[in-house]
Amino acid sequence: MTDVPSAEFNIRDYLRTELFPHFMCPGCGHGIALRALLWALHELGISKDNLAVVSGIGCSGRVGAYIDANTFHTTHGRPLAFATGLKLARPDLKVVVLTGDGDCLAIGGNHLIHACRRNLNITCLLLNNEVYGMTGGQVSPTTTEARYTTTTPSGNHEPAFDACKLAEAAGAGFVGREMTLQTPALKNLVKEGMSHNGFAFIEVLSDCTEIYGRKNDLGESPEMILAQKAEFRSKDYGMERDEVFQPRSLATGVLSRNDHEEYTAAYRKHVLSKASS
Amino acid sequence: MAVPGLRHHREDARGRGLNDTGIQNIQGNHACAVAAVAAGCRFFAGYPITPSSEIAERISVELPKAGGTFVQMEDEIASMAAVIGASAGGIKAMTATSGPGFSLKQENLGYAAGAEIPCVIVDVMRGGPSTGMPTRPAQGDFMQSRWGTHGDHACIVLAPWSVKEIYEQTVRAFNLSETLRVPVIVLYDEVIGHLVETLDPGSVDTGEITTRKWAGGDPAQYRPYACGEDDIPPMARPGDGYRSHTTGLTHAENGFPSQDPTTVDRVARRVLGKLARHNDLVEQVDCYDLDGAQVLIATCGITARAAKSALRLLQDKGIAAGLFRPVTLWPFPEESYREAARGKQQILVPEMNAGQLIYEIQRLTPPGVPVAGFNRLDGEPITPRQIAERVEELLNHD
Repeated sequence: MTDVPSAEFNIRDYLRTELFPHFMCPGCGHGIALRALLWALHELGISKDNLAVVSGIGCSGRVGAYIDANTFHTTHGRPLAFATGLKLARPDLKVVVLTGDGDCLAIGGNHLIHACRRNLNITCLLLNNEVYGMTGGQVSPTTTEARYTTTTPSGNHEPAFDACKLAEAAGAGFVGREMTLQTPALKNLVKEGMSHNGFAFIEVLSDCTEIYGRKNDLGESPEMILAQKAEFRSKDYGMERDEVFQPRSLATGVLSRNDHEEYTAAYRKHVLSKASS
Repeated sequence: MAVPGLRHHREDARGRGLNDTGIQNIQGNHACAVAAVAAGCRFFAGYPITPSSEIAERISVELPKAGGTFVQMEDEIASMAAVIGASAGGIKAMTATSGPGFSLKQENLGYAAGAEIPCVIVDVMRGGPSTGMPTRPAQGDFMQSRWGTHGDHACIVLAPWSVKEIYEQTVRAFNLSETLRVPVIVLYDEVIGHLVETLDPGSVDTGEITTRKWAGGDPAQYRPYACGEDDIPPMARPGDGYRSHTTGLTHAENGFPSQDPTTVDRVARRVLGKLARHNDLVEQVDCYDLDGAQVLIATCGITARAAKSALRLLQDKGIAAGLFRPVTLWPFPEESYREAARGKQQILVPEMNAGQLIYEIQRLTPPGVPVAGFNRLDGEPITPRQIAERVEELLNHD
């Protein structure tokens, strides 16, 4: 594969098509998220040679291998910690983390809050499908209350995480959320996140049709995606005035930004420059 | 005793006053940090834990001076992950910990072994299990250092017994890790970690500093785990155009996941066999008074220093005893041990645990030769007198 893509976005310029057929189930939203990411990379003109994609374990973890870049499929929950080392060692690389709701919010939750706090220039895409798909459909930290999974046979009794609020509170420089239905909006959000000089956390509302959808009679992929459309509103929509839109009212779009100093810049300024004195 | 030019460090809060050259009184953990930087380490990620924290503290001073990066991570697991990430980026990287932290690092250590990413892990042993005795020495991680992570894997464990040897073995750990693409563990106990001895770090003869073999040639032809006669695949540096895939899944030579039985078997046997193939680089032992010895004492670390003193106590009583000390603890130097044990009538394995090294010794000792242990579990180092008395006791029983 050449490192010089055509001017028009052609997803195949960015994929390792020799690995096809891919592993994703019919209807899985992760492929759309992948498309949006590659589209954003294309429009930003990021070189594949200079791109490192780090992922963890689970369905989200296997997506990265299809990207024709420097790809690292690491251990469960640890892609952000791995990416922290990689980015600190190689600030010249553009580092993207692909993670999932179990990977990022359960086993890797500690790494997420500290990655947000450090504000290293990494873009993290949380592919939230509300379930542990790879292991057969167990409850995750973002499973909607009362939904059935293979480990909540009476319906989920735990409240779900609002990952974006968590990331914002922990200090992430850029926080956003988008659903796969709005692919161009998702692409633009990823572009904005990647252009932010600091830690960008983007929650992608994916869907697991084959396991989670089937277990809860949520229909096929189009039904699940349309249901998301009914449940989520752009932040600009003025959600607080929409009384009908309760209680799963999560906003999409750019949710927060701050101008905290980026980590490598802070390290250069506060540590390296003083080291020789 | 006055040593000409000897310096006593009095550093301030910013670490000013510390020197990495010149004859000085230096703690084992500090020597480890200084040696790492001399070996080319430019990234350290760690988490505070007694009795290893001085390594992180010292290297947080030394690395920025060398243009490197020190980061204190949120936990032990993250430290290990960050070290592997930095090394995957092409930088020599290290972490340091003690038993509880070493347990937490095991999964990622297995990742480094499987994906063949060079890294150095220092484990300063304290009493265990669990929180155990944080400020007391032990040698309870002999087995964990080899078998802590799940699955068959290759790793090297080096066991220094002095401050100077901590320096030498830390440099050697980087060289071996880079040359053989394998995680290398530097394993020593709290006594040596906190021992202050006289050393001129700048004058230690460390030999050549080696760096991993980088991928060259046509990126289109590059297969990340294909290698030549030496069984060590050249590594691609991100940004150099190779765009390869790295995974903890079993993989084929092209780097992508594979469960094909023939491929999995072939790759696994190559990775597991590479250390034996380069045993001339890996193995290092240190032996004393083996010729004509009736008794052989086999041990390592601070206990071996006590044993060396015990040899003299025993000689004074007319007992000929020798010492076998594996400096490379794992892979265990099997042939060297067999050679050292030849003709001996009694083997003694003193260790600061309930008996771990003794399993290897029993396995390799000829049938009919008695192997006894001497074990302290009380957080105190074993003394030369205790070892000598144990030898006498064993011989008097005959």
